[in-house]
Amino acid sequence: MVDKTVLARQFIEAIPHARALGLKLKQIGAGEAEITMPYNEDLIGDPRTGVIHGGAVSTILDTCCGAAVMSHPSAPGGTATIDLRIDYMRAATPGQTITARASCYHITRNVAFVRATAMDDDHDRPVATASGSFTVEGK
Amino acid sequence: MARPRPEPMQVVKQRRDAALHALVGGVPYIRFLNISFDRRGDELTSVLNFDDKLIGNPLLPAIHGGVTAAFLEVTAVITLSWEHLFPRIEGGEIDADAIVTDDSIRFPKTIDFTVDYLRSGLPRDAYARAFISRAGRRYASVRVEAWQDNHAKLFAQATGHFLMPQSPSAKG
Repeated sequence: MVDKTVLARQFIEAIPHARALGLKLKQIGAGEAEITMPYNEDLIGDPRTGVIHGGAVSTILDTCCGAAVMSHPSAPGGTATIDLRIDYMRAATPGQTITARASCYHITRNVAFVRATAMDDDHDRPVATASGSFTVEGK
Repeated sequence: MARPRPEPMQVVKQRRDAALHALVGGVPYIRFLNISFDRRGDELTSVLNFDDKLIGNPLLPAIHGGVTAAFLEVTAVITLSWEHLFPRIEGGEIDADAIVTDDSIRFPKTIDFTVDYLRSGLPRDAYARAFISRAGRRYASVRVEAWQDNHAKLFAQATGHFLMPQSPSAKG
């Protein structure tokens, strides 16, 4: 069997915007994914505090959710976001790497349902959470 | 009694454009995505200037869903800030320099943001406009629409809630 996690990793790391943000796939498999994004001054949303813009946090969460869908045993191939909601709990601490973890908790022939959390070094207090639905596409 | 003579057009434009430039230009992430703003009076349209690094699906190709979300969120935050500050800019209370240096002028904070992806984002420029459904003293609700070639065919829409910046004198 061709290792689907290898394919997913190659797919994620070939995404031009994932490269621009320095996203790294740390773990993937069975509908779960973990991706990191290093602190980068280009991504600052508030120049007075150095806090990363919420949009960059949205991007790592969206990417991580998509990766989780593709790694699900019932997903035949690609995916696209139908809808994504992000709740911002607090500002990410400047200088720290953001880690996103996503879980595809239910999948049908057509739709995958995903939840995700973004954290900085303090894993007990999430920076943001996401919940979304994604398409399930053929090979 | 005669009404006061209107200000010369270039004075009005210079003041408004300088304030908008100060609001947008200071944010590194807006430069990173290369988002610019067109202003007509107080109405803003944001432009996501296409670049290959915005691609999320190289096979189609299509703009990254996260970039679309970020573009809509930037549009919402800047439009909300602009409408919040516009009366004070027009009243001469604050100017472009104050926007850059005055620590009491802060951006609204996103509480939540929900994006509907209606079509894939084509590899070309995108446009967005935000509509403030309600702006209260503490919370604001904003709707955003984004399109590319045809304004009638939105490729994404979003709604979000924001915590408005509190003036230093206000409680809490």
